[in-house]
Amino acid sequence: MAEHQVIEHDVIVIGAGGAGLRAAVEAAAQGVSVGLICKSLLGKAHTVMAEGGVAAALGNVDERDNWKVHFADTMRGGQYLNNWRMAELHAQESPARVRELEGWGALMDRTPDGKILQRNFGGHAYPRLAHVGDRTGLEMIRTLQDHGIHQGLDVHMEVTVTRLLMEGGRCVGAFAYDREKGRFRVFKAKAVVIATGGIGRAFLVTSNSWEYTGDGHALAYEAGAELVDMEFVQFHPTGMVWPPSVRGILVTEGVRGEGGILKNSEGKRFMFDDIPPLYVDQTADTPEEGWRYVMGDREARRPPELLTRDHVARKIVKEVKEGRGSPHGGVYLDIAWIKEHIKDSEAHIKKKLPSMYHQFKELAGIDITKEPMEVGPTTHYAMGGIRVDGDTQMSTTVPGLFAAGECAGGLHGANRLGGNSLSDLLVFGKRAGEHAAKFAQSNGAVSLRDEAVAAAEADALAPLGRDPGGDVGPFRLQYELQVIMQDKAGIAREGEGLAEAHAEVLKLKARAAAMGSSGNREFNPGWHTTLDLPNLVTVSEAVVMAAQARKESRGAHSRLDYLTKDPAWATFNHVIKKGGDGSMEIRREDIPPMRQELKDIITEEQG
Amino acid sequence: MATTTFKVWRGDSAGGEFQTYEVEVDHGYVVLDAIHQIQAEQATDMAVRWNCKAGKCGSCSAEINGMPRLMCMTRLDDLPEGPVTVEPMRAFPLLRDLVTDVSWNYEVKASIKQFTPKAPDNADGSWHMEQYDVERAQEFRKCIECFLCQDVCHVLRDHAMHDRFAGPRHYVYAANLEMNPIDTGDRVAALRDELGIGYCNITKCCTKVCPEGITITDNAIIPLKERVVDRSYDPLAKLISLVKGNGGD
Ligand SMILES: Cc1cc2nc3c(=O)[nH]c(=O)nc-3n(C[C@H](O)[C@H](O)[C@H](O)COP(=O)(O)OP(=O)(O)OC[C@H]3O[C@@H](n4cnc5c(N)ncnc54)[C@H](O)[C@@H]3O)c2cc1C
Ligand code: SF4
Ligand code: SF4
Ligand code: FES
Repeated sequence: MAEHQVIEHDVIVIGAGGAGLRAAVEAAAQGVSVGLICKSLLGKAHTVMAEGGVAAALGNVDERDNWKVHFADTMRGGQYLNNWRMAELHAQESPARVRELEGWGALMDRTPDGKILQRNFGGHAYPRLAHVGDRTGLEMIRTLQDHGIHQGLDVHMEVTVTRLLMEGGRCVGAFAYDREKGRFRVFKAKAVVIATGGIGRAFLVTSNSWEYTGDGHALAYEAGAELVDMEFVQFHPTGMVWPPSVRGILVTEGVRGEGGILKNSEGKRFMFDDIPPLYVDQTADTPEEGWRYVMGDREARRPPELLTRDHVARKIVKEVKEGRGSPHGGVYLDIAWIKEHIKDSEAHIKKKLPSMYHQFKELAGIDITKEPMEVGPTTHYAMGGIRVDGDTQMSTTVPGLFAAGECAGGLHGANRLGGNSLSDLLVFGKRAGEHAAKFAQSNGAVSLRDEAVAAAEADALAPLGRDPGGDVGPFRLQYELQVIMQDKAGIAREGEGLAEAHAEVLKLKARAAAMGSSGNREFNPGWHTTLDLPNLVTVSEAVVMAAQARKESRGAHSRLDYLTKDPAWATFNHVIKKGGDGSMEIRREDIPPMRQELKDIITEEQG
Repeated sequence: MATTTFKVWRGDSAGGEFQTYEVEVDHGYVVLDAIHQIQAEQATDMAVRWNCKAGKCGSCSAEINGMPRLMCMTRLDDLPEGPVTVEPMRAFPLLRDLVTDVSWNYEVKASIKQFTPKAPDNADGSWHMEQYDVERAQEFRKCIECFLCQDVCHVLRDHAMHDRFAGPRHYVYAANLEMNPIDTGDRVAALRDELGIGYCNITKCCTKVCPEGITITDNAIIPLKERVVDRSYDPLAKLISLVKGNGGD
């Protein structure tokens, strides 16, 4: 066996975004020893990029808000495929989780009476997103990081996990390498929390960073965990489209929350054209009513730009397809127009949306206080993920394995509401940390099998021993996969394309497994990407397989060959698991009947 | 599309040199796009850090044509004609190519007294703070920990006083805590002693390179220096500050 270091903890947490940090802090608070592992430097995880805000029914801006409304909004947004227990806990616990951050040093924007300010976002009935300008994620991750470093965590930065280690069906550790030197670290633990984030790098146009290669999804799948709702990938309606270099970079929904409107090349506010039946009662009839809503008029209803993301994204695609798009294949998002209503709108926009102002000014040469932006859909978020128990976040099939944050599935159903991810991280990060600690305390010591470690080492080193000239190289292969997924499993899907995508992904799987890498073990991104590739292929296969199986259009999943939503498909989730022969298997799992009191809330809030 | 020449530093702590790459660049390209292109087509093992590609995570710090900058926010159109040089930050030990060992920064931060809140104002565990109260510290909380200010500061870059001088990033961090309206911790003595704020001679180079536009010198360092001076020479100020904590200012 090659040399490796063995590190032992009660609990290890893989991933140091909001979910991982919150889990680690909680586990440490329970008095167990905690190791925290992340691929990047601490504080650089995806959470740092979140902009618009964190959803919590604090009721600071509109006291009519409470957890029941938040619960009903989340379920409606998810088209009722959500794990309703998670939606319930999430709505109930997020206010306390957000408040707690201020006790750890966060400074959110304030209301005039000195409370945490909240802003409007798509699908939320009341202003609900606590925020700091448009850098809420930075505030959250820095707060958790600066608090976490004083909680006795053993932090392993720039260390990548390539495999979970198992003993008799229980997860007992992880195998990893450090990016700096390529040395191996073997983590031995009584409980393992996965908090690795999403899968956006499977697509060409994405708001996600290099880290989002679906590692956690794939690691858990290989270890026998179930994945749920993998067909639901969120395409955020507003990504940058020009210049090419910035294609996909996110333009926060906060722009629309602050009054930004969408227009086509004819100058028309096309979002007024067709309002989905579930939302007719809640949507403004006129631009004038929409503006009153933005200004906080409690009698006014939401402008249609604040409908759920799946709907807005589809509407934009339709405008572009029908020839009413902007010059670079998007539509216009205009915040500058609020000057018609607000004195000194320029300063207002810079204050409310400083990083958007900066981003467009620096990267596109556009002054958003004066001109409209060009925007189009970008791959943003994975609703699907590791299937867990709603209360404890433990995998439904692998004891000792917990998941939280974007890599876990269930809370968001067919479509996530903006702001519900940051709150998800806090609520379920805490729960995962707590229950992982309890599991570690009540389950005995573990041992690692030498053969398993040796096999993980051999697999990690294999690409360096293979001919790098044999194929196009890891970065190009990743690009090929992204093109397939973008074209055939993206925002508009149909049976034939999905079948092709499936076949092509399987071919890529074989190529990824045979890929060679040049260079040596020291900080070698080519080697690292070669090791990430199989994960990306696994999650792509899962997305395609679930998308093929769902023969209807619902939430973020739209099929050109099955255009409508079918009530018969509202009763189950798709669950994916590795079969006995090593191939991927999919099945339907009925959604358990909702408790009566929750049903009543939904009926009540529906009005 | 045009071709641009890049001279990228390749090597490790044992040594290295600039290597030249020709890159086809597209409209609106930033330096990081070019580096990615080189990585994909010419040098898959070129070491570089990046995450967000939107100036939000502070991973992609480097020296571009000799200036400390974020690679993802530096547009090629804004650079003068001619070859573009890209090299790693100099104030930190080199790991490989464009990647340096910045772990010292994490150690310094952990040594600073952590946020210590006063008792909550409200029954639900929250505090009453107005926008006016939080704005001052919010400026410092914009920091993305790119460490470019550390890189440019001569006390670290030229004099390598890492053992005595925490650097502008950490004065910004300390200022954020000291000016948090509900914090009760006291870091003034530590700023003078362990964190070495006295070595800063207010050249303002750090402020100039900060990609977040934080007015590091005027808004963070000078007020902290004033507190240090007040404390050292004015026993009365010290007494008052002990009685009040430093809440609310
Ligand atoms: C641009 C943008 C804006 C957004 N804005 C909002 C918003 O306003 N509100 C909202 O609610 N949501 C928003 N989201 C979504 C939200 O930010 C993410 O869903 C959330 O931050 C994910 O957090 P996480 O903790 O699950 O994972 P992350 O923060 O992504 O962290 C993942 C961690 O796992 C580590 N990791 C991954 N693989 C491995 C491995 N193999 N080994 C070791 N470590 C590994 C990474 O290094 C990282 O530390 C936004 C997303 C983007 C991209
Ligand atoms: S102002 Fe002070 S901290 Fe900033 S660069 Fe100059 S000496 Fe360094
Ligand atoms: S203060 Fe500015 S330059 Fe220094 S680390 Fe923070 S963001 Fe970077
Ligand atoms: S990659 Fe995040 S700041 Fe450049």
